[in-house]
Amino acid sequence: MAGPATGFAERVRPNGTTQRRSARTESLIVRWLIIGVSLLFLFVFLVLPLVTVFVQAFSRGIGPYLGALTDPDAVSAIRLTLIVAAISVVLNLLFGLVAAWSIAKFEFPGKSLLITLIDLPFSVSPVISGLVFVLLFGAQGFFGAWLIEHDMKIIFALPGIVLATVLVTFPFVARELIPLMQEQGTQEEEAAISLGASGLQTFFRVTLPNVKWALLYGVLLCNARAMGEFGAVAVVSGHIRGETNTMPLHIEILYNEYQFMASFAVASLLALLALVTLIAKVVLERFAISEQ
Amino acid sequence: MSIVAHTIGDRSDSRETTSLDRRRIRRRRSVIPGFGITLGLTLTWLALIVLIPLGGLFLKTAELSPSQFWSIVTGTRALNALKISFGLSLVAAAVNLFFGALVGWALVRYEFPGKRLVDAIIDIPFALPTAVAGIALTTLFAENGWLGGLLSPLGIKVAFTPLGILIALIFIGLPFVVRTLQPVLEDLDTEIEEAAATLGASRWQTITRVIAPIVLPSLLTGFALAFARAVGEYGSVIFIAGNLPNVSEIAPLLIVIRLEEFKYADATAIAVVMLLASFVILFAINRLQRWSAERTSHS
Repeated sequence: MAGPATGFAERVRPNGTTQRRSARTESLIVRWLIIGVSLLFLFVFLVLPLVTVFVQAFSRGIGPYLGALTDPDAVSAIRLTLIVAAISVVLNLLFGLVAAWSIAKFEFPGKSLLITLIDLPFSVSPVISGLVFVLLFGAQGFFGAWLIEHDMKIIFALPGIVLATVLVTFPFVARELIPLMQEQGTQEEEAAISLGASGLQTFFRVTLPNVKWALLYGVLLCNARAMGEFGAVAVVSGHIRGETNTMPLHIEILYNEYQFMASFAVASLLALLALVTLIAKVVLERFAISEQ
Repeated sequence: MSIVAHTIGDRSDSRETTSLDRRRIRRRRSVIPGFGITLGLTLTWLALIVLIPLGGLFLKTAELSPSQFWSIVTGTRALNALKISFGLSLVAAAVNLFFGALVGWALVRYEFPGKRLVDAIIDIPFALPTAVAGIALTTLFAENGWLGGLLSPLGIKVAFTPLGILIALIFIGLPFVVRTLQPVLEDLDTEIEEAAATLGASRWQTITRVIAPIVLPSLLTGFALAFARAVGEYGSVIFIAGNLPNVSEIAPLLIVIRLEEFKYADATAIAVVMLLASFVILFAINRLQRWSAERTSHS
């Protein structure tokens, strides 16, 4: 059908291809104007801030840069950030897998509401995500008196920072997995089970290999956000130097003390993490496409 | 999915599909184990991490009388902070709507050198921590900065003014419009554009009358997502804002300030207003996405 039809169009309109092209796209000037404005906008808003971080970080050379990173307070902030991110990512990874399994492989009423609720932390201000834990566990909070009585500390300590980070990064793994697993349907799992595989075998040998790249990307995104979370952590941390300061909070303190170079030096590590996450996204997407 | 559809189709050959049949099909699908335990764990974890903490916020507000709540929320400083947050977020989302549409169009429809790289950097605001973005934008737009230095001879001050807040909000909202528009544009069938052109439409008419109605829901979804994100944004704003009460103080910062003053009731009341607003936005986004799905499936 398509062959003769095209031939017909070409016979009727000898210069059909050029006419078609102009019907489907804009004039050269408009095209380059749109591309030019887009690139300028992206350059100003995305590229320049990123470049600024590294230029400022190395503004006094490599020696002071390394000095700022090996400062004891910086080291302890880096260590705390790594601990918090590790705990939060593992918790949200497990949650993401469990939630995606129940949502993608089964039908039940209220499913779309459940997905909306999982996405909820995306639309809540990070400051509120921190505030809610202060209201629960702070000195004046619902459980505040009980915690003081039992000599337990959540707010202004590691558990509070972890809780706030877990809330903020809650949807990351789940939302990468759910649409993909819904698209893949249940046939492969049903086949595995009818061939005698157990539920866990099916999960590890059938489901997991199918979603591994999306899962990895979800984990990386979750990790980037966990390490970089500022608003929620700022509210629950108390900014105790060397104790409850994460990297973003340390950046804030240095910046407010006009130690700009040191502030940007710590920031450059997080910027590097962001770059690695972006590159990983491109690479993982390519893997996923080549496997299809 | 298709197997289920086929099964329904086959059965309806012999007789009408009854609800019993559908129930049987559903039961047949649940040969996959683990429904009870995974859903149970999901709901428990969701309740513990998200629902109960957010519920606590409303419980705390219930300790206030309505008039107390009202006087906090409509106090000059709180009201101005809310106005600044919502107003500037709206403007930032509108700016992103325009430039996001341009960028999305350029990325899907045109070929130019470095296109893949450009596509990859769109996600920078998703990946770059807000505090890092905040200090970088402040340095960039300060009077002695690369861009601030260019703007200050023109009499435009960005850093430490409401304009600075706007810049930060544009930065963090940018990917939302581009990323919601892109897939819809990619799926758009160019045949309908050809049809429009064949029927005598100019390119401008094709874009405004044929393409725009199809992509409008996805553009609005991107707009709403950017708006929702901007309203709650804290880290990238507070460095560049100047944080002058009633002028350049955003609502999330006022929550933090009230908290540091141990005025928990004030902090909570402002937070509840913002949380309710984000529920409304979330609901709107849901409706928009449903609308968008309907539009694109019809086309």
